[in-house]
Amino acid sequence: MKRKSVAIVGAAETTELGVIPHMSQIQLHADAALNALADCGLTPKDIDGLACAGASPVEVAWYLGITPTWVDGTAVGGCSFMMHVRHAAAAINEGLCSTVLITHGESGRSGIGRARFGFAPQSLQGQFEAPYGPFGPPTLFTLPVLRYMKEYGLTEEQLAMVAVVQREWASMNPRAMFRDPITVEDVLNSRMIAYPIRLLECCLVTDGGGALVLVSAERAKDFPTKPVYILGTGESVESPMISQMEDFTTSKAFRVSGKKAFEEAGITHDDVDHLMIYDAFAHLPIFGLEDLGFVGRGEAGAFIAEGNTRPGGKLPLNTNGGGLSYTHTGMYGMFALQESVRQLRGTAPAQVPNCRISVCHGVGGMFAASATIILTNEEP
Amino acid sequence: MGAPSRVPSSGPDSHGKEGVELTEYRKPIPKPTPETRDFWEGCKRGELRLQRCTVCGHVFFPPRGHCPKCAARSVESFTASGRAKLYSYIINHRPAPGFEQEAPYAIAVVQLEEGPRMMTNIVGCPQTPEALQLDMPLEVTFEPITDEISLPKFRPVDAR
Repeated sequence: MKRKSVAIVGAAETTELGVIPHMSQIQLHADAALNALADCGLTPKDIDGLACAGASPVEVAWYLGITPTWVDGTAVGGCSFMMHVRHAAAAINEGLCSTVLITHGESGRSGIGRARFGFAPQSLQGQFEAPYGPFGPPTLFTLPVLRYMKEYGLTEEQLAMVAVVQREWASMNPRAMFRDPITVEDVLNSRMIAYPIRLLECCLVTDGGGALVLVSAERAKDFPTKPVYILGTGESVESPMISQMEDFTTSKAFRVSGKKAFEEAGITHDDVDHLMIYDAFAHLPIFGLEDLGFVGRGEAGAFIAEGNTRPGGKLPLNTNGGGLSYTHTGMYGMFALQESVRQLRGTAPAQVPNCRISVCHGVGGMFAASATIILTNEEP
Repeated sequence: MGAPSRVPSSGPDSHGKEGVELTEYRKPIPKPTPETRDFWEGCKRGELRLQRCTVCGHVFFPPRGHCPKCAARSVESFTASGRAKLYSYIINHRPAPGFEQEAPYAIAVVQLEEGPRMMTNIVGCPQTPEALQLDMPLEVTFEPITDEISLPKFRPVDAR
């Protein structure tokens, strides 16, 4: 990836967010796409590159009336959209297409036009995990937590603070689903879901979507919006089964993806003004802070509990409220990217002052995949 | 998930008549593939089968036709000790379909003595944080769920 060679010029979420039972999943893709196109003054006819997850790019192209010369249907869970950004940048640089639309739409709460989650009995998950009674991400993604707690002494109170701090950010955001402040006691007294994880440490389940439009940096200046340039990118995958993750205290995919993105960007951690780490559950920001190298091993729980990531802290993290408080359709990565773009445009509800570089880090599946995008508003 | 099958809760199948009660097993039932058949046949016999690369010696799970470490296609299976330690777990308060009677129940990942890890349930002890201590020694036990499939589960070594 050539630094600052490609820019995000269009970015928008679905008109509504949260509970949208009057719209199917494919319509959520379209609603987000039309909003992002309107944001940068384009129509579907201007698009020649299309990427999406949760629907086939064939379906989205046809639904919107797009005839692409490049498509990417990478679908590895919630970080698919970060991967789409990375792949789109390469495709634009290679001349495979010039104007890329990336869409996300998910009827995660209402389930309108959405495939069911489940594993075939002959699949690896069907043979070696499903028989033991997991029931979706809350019962799988959470498995590493106790091992991490034992290895590093993370306390239940520190874990609860992740949710508390993110609610502080959400309280500043009118579009966040949960905005009322919460305390550590509120978190610890919330319903047990999968010990040691409580309800308030689990993400929301919502309907919604988002879309991005990418063009070359040369063309970016011709658009009405403030360009957000892609500075560095990374991606990797590890295992389709959480039980086969190499080490329950660190994500290999996080480390590989993050290292690659920082190397490409040519920045240090001190250069980062704003950080998004996909938070499906409260332990994700802890793993992310350490695996991206912002803090040392075992330090992230205390780092968050001490207030470093809260409003006014030195490393603003998940400033939209995150999956825990803002929204979580199922594949939240698109919303993390949207918040990075807003921060760099200077239009975020909880705006970080002088925000120049944002790191946006995603997870897919249950630590199965990862992608990292580093963005800047500084011109090439 | 698999279609529910009927398994005898005691004694041989006599079509659900005359005192033999049939219990519907509503939980997911694994369906072996050519690569995993040896593992599941081992479970049925009461043996935990793992694979070893004959070139580099790497021991691995789940089964496959090649070594995930060195890619050699020459692999052999062997019967593991059945000894393990508790690597991590959750206690699930949100039961999967078919598991309603058991909630809350632990879903665990165990570290086998030979190296690989696997997901399982811990049986023969309370499903509580106090009873389930990380790194506690465990041993395998097999739970028949159909005529063909027995699930490897683990119990504390001192809980016979």
